[in-house]
Amino acid sequence: MIPTPGQTVGPFFGYALPFDDDNRLVPLGAPGAVRLGGRVLDGDGDPVPDAVLELWQTDPEGRVVQQPGSLLREGYGFTGWGRTSTDREGRWSFTTVRPGSSFFAITVLARGLLHRLFTRAYLPDAADDAFLLALPADRRSTLLTTEGEGGYVFDVRLQGDGETVFLTFPRG
Amino acid sequence: MTALTQAEVSDEIAALADSYAADGVVETQPRLDYAPYRSSLLRHPTKAPVQADPEELEVWAPVFGERDVDPLEADLTIQHAGEPIGERMVVTGRVLDGDGRPVRRQLVEVWQANAGGRYVHQRDQHPAPLDPNFTGMGRCLTDADGWYRFTTIKPGPYPWRNHRNAWRPAHIHFSLFGTEFTQRLITQMYFPGDPLFGLDPIYQSILDPAARERLVATYDHDLTVPEWSTGYRWDIVLTGTHRTPLEDEVES
Ligand SMILES: [Fe+2]
Repeated sequence: MIPTPGQTVGPFFGYALPFDDDNRLVPLGAPGAVRLGGRVLDGDGDPVPDAVLELWQTDPEGRVVQQPGSLLREGYGFTGWGRTSTDREGRWSFTTVRPGSSFFAITVLARGLLHRLFTRAYLPDAADDAFLLALPADRRSTLLTTEGEGGYVFDVRLQGDGETVFLTFPRG
Repeated sequence: MTALTQAEVSDEIAALADSYAADGVVETQPRLDYAPYRSSLLRHPTKAPVQADPEELEVWAPVFGERDVDPLEADLTIQHAGEPIGERMVVTGRVLDGDGRPVRRQLVEVWQANAGGRYVHQRDQHPAPLDPNFTGMGRCLTDADGWYRFTTIKPGPYPWRNHRNAWRPAHIHFSLFGTEFTQRLITQMYFPGDPLFGLDPIYQSILDPAARERLVATYDHDLTVPEWSTGYRWDIVLTGTHRTPLEDEVES
């Protein structure tokens, strides 16, 4: 069957997609809590203040979590999924735990972006990952988080210098 | 910068449609680089996406359950003390994966303007009235056969600033998950026969006419409830899976 086309998330998702503690996969200050955050920038290097990022990751042991509760967080347990919106400076962040696998899977949505984008934010010590090594050398670093700001920093550049590597999958 | 006119934008749309038709290569998704939609100019990647073999994480999707979604959230007309203004309607359909299997018990989120074309959003400057009885967001989980169902009111078309006198066709925003991360979809559902289709750069960014029509719901009189509401049917097909879904995820 032919997939239904995507369309932009538009500018008016603000009262629909965000929810309480959407970007807190674990509570602030929980044991092992780290920050994953950065900015979303456009082709001029200007912040994108109306983007949505979704995070999907394994637990610290590398297991894929299949537990409900992301939309109504109870302060314990871990669902592996979260959502956040950029602020006026294009900044976003999640409070989460270091995944046992080598990367965070990320979906990017924005006004002006006609279809969702997929990418991976690799942990700083995953630079020898086979997928990264297969990329052109000058693009590899766009998928690597750096250490800082209490965790991992990952900027999404939609276009231009340092444009983030976005992914497609065989059946995409 | 002087705002472009609709005629100038329509010329751009027509030129891109002509070159698409001449190329003869079918594109079933919108072009990310679609200049008539001005906000896409600096926000579309210029490099081709890199094909990745999905890793274990990416062949699973987050799970949502009864705890996440109250069944009442599927009715957008009962979120306030009174009834919203507008044409009450039911929108229902099935979420299927690329192999035609229903996506079971997965999250569907919707948001929309009110009957006057106004969103409950600070950035919406359209001088149409807010409706104190309509917020315009809903959620549900698909059932065991992949069905979703919302009760809402028909949204109005609304102006936007893409060019002078730009108006969006009436639409409902949809957010969908599959059984895999790779199947995530954000889209918009439209209504049959909308006179604004030809003028709208967002709808026309899907260059293939048959692909565009996949976003248009069908009026279904069998879904229309006597003395109560009209009914529309809209099925959604996600991309194919890389992992064979488990028995309790799909049912054929
Ligand atoms: Fe909209």
